[in-house]
Amino acid sequence: MTVVSDSGTAVPTLERAARVVRRGWAVTLVALLAAAGVYVLALAFTPIEARQGLAQKIFYIHVPAAWGALSAFALVGLASALYLWLGDRRLDRFAEASAEVGVMFAAVMLTTGPIWGKPIWGTWWTWDARLTLTLFLFFLFVGYLALRAALQDREERARFSAVVGIMGLLLVPFIHLSVYLFRTLHPQPVVLKPSAPSLPGDMLRTLLISVAVFTLLYIGLVMVRYGVGLAEEARESEHELAARAEELHDARA
Amino acid sequence: MAERPAPRGGAGAASGGLLRLALTVAAKDLRMELRSRTALLSALVFAALVLVVFNFARDPTRLAAIDLAPSVLWITFAFAAMVAMNRAFHVESAHAALDGLLLAPVPREAIFLGKYVANLAFVGAVEAVALPLFILFFNVDLGPHWPAVLAVIALATAGFVAVGTIFSAMVVRTRFAELMLPVLLLPFMVPPLTGAVQATSRLLAGRPLSEVVGWLRLLAVYDVVFVTLATLIFAAVVDE
Repeated sequence: MTVVSDSGTAVPTLERAARVVRRGWAVTLVALLAAAGVYVLALAFTPIEARQGLAQKIFYIHVPAAWGALSAFALVGLASALYLWLGDRRLDRFAEASAEVGVMFAAVMLTTGPIWGKPIWGTWWTWDARLTLTLFLFFLFVGYLALRAALQDREERARFSAVVGIMGLLLVPFIHLSVYLFRTLHPQPVVLKPSAPSLPGDMLRTLLISVAVFTLLYIGLVMVRYGVGLAEEARESEHELAARAEELHDARA
Repeated sequence: MAERPAPRGGAGAASGGLLRLALTVAAKDLRMELRSRTALLSALVFAALVLVVFNFARDPTRLAAIDLAPSVLWITFAFAAMVAMNRAFHVESAHAALDGLLLAPVPREAIFLGKYVANLAFVGAVEAVALPLFILFFNVDLGPHWPAVLAVIALATAGFVAVGTIFSAMVVRTRFAELMLPVLLLPFMVPPLTGAVQATSRLLAGRPLSEVVGWLRLLAVYDVVFVTLATLIFAAVVDE
């Protein structure tokens, strides 16, 4: 009987899982404190936008949350493809963690957006290309997590969700193309665009710091969730071992 | 994932053989369906009911039937297809029939393509009945562009049925398969449905064909990408 997983890494112990979770919380705590600092910076030391007024301040949550969600989903797709290729269980654990954190960031993005949209656009929601794309990405990964939750077998769950992850990655350009033909109302990119950033220097600084902080928050939360995944696996293999020991005992008796 | 065993059955690996094997798998599914007819009849009645219900879901004094027609047509097709596609792997779950199918000396690609062709025939049959009913209930004139309308239906259906076929193989392993399939599949239906509704409404309004070429191209590229991907990735779903 072997206690080694198919990827060659040993079955996780609860101690190791607890260690990863503790480190994850430490990183998350630092990120949350830094996030508080970013809002002090945004509210007190960054100029108020001339036309949008204070409503523009939500930009420093909305944009980094969108960045976090979209990178998280892209990494799920990447980890899924690598999982089907290499079969390393760590990739599946990472994909699971990244999908959950990504859905959380997407929820932040989809709630802060309408709060800003109501005073500035005069409407909570519009079927603009970018809004629609992110909404469907959110639904796609909610479905991904629902499928994971509905599957019992660990190995099967990993394979199936990897298939959905890869197909989701390929779906993005199609959704983008099909919704792009509706006239877009969303503010055009102010940082990542071919010409130089059009955001004033002070605002750009605050934005970049908040993107960095959200990236750290993403890393922290993924570590916590990864540790929880390890703990789940440790528990499952404990149960399996106990069941096998019982079988052996019965056989001997 | 373990290394997939090389396709067994020698000649089956050749593309001509692949197609023949796929058609054998499809013929098996269709024969089963024609003998029981339960799923096909329920899907047909379901499609007809959706069309009837939609007619009562609009205020006839404010909205002309034709304004709503393309959306109604595609919502009906999408719902009926989802009901129909749940069947594909559900029939294999009894008595571990899928294991028997996988043990046959047939490459995985052929099994997927067979299931896909059977689903296409199934969904196509439902559409072939729902389309005349739609014309009847909504007083629609397909007009001079009717071949183009049929092409839009064929292109859109070919795409989402490929994705639905592979997803139905996965959801059959879950407890709420009937609910899980729409949750997973609907985001993937967005591009084909958007393209189909936009193209259909322009064609029904008698707009020139040049206005829908872009949408047709989107549908065709979607078909190529997802039929290829689903065929190749299917082994990862069924091979343990």
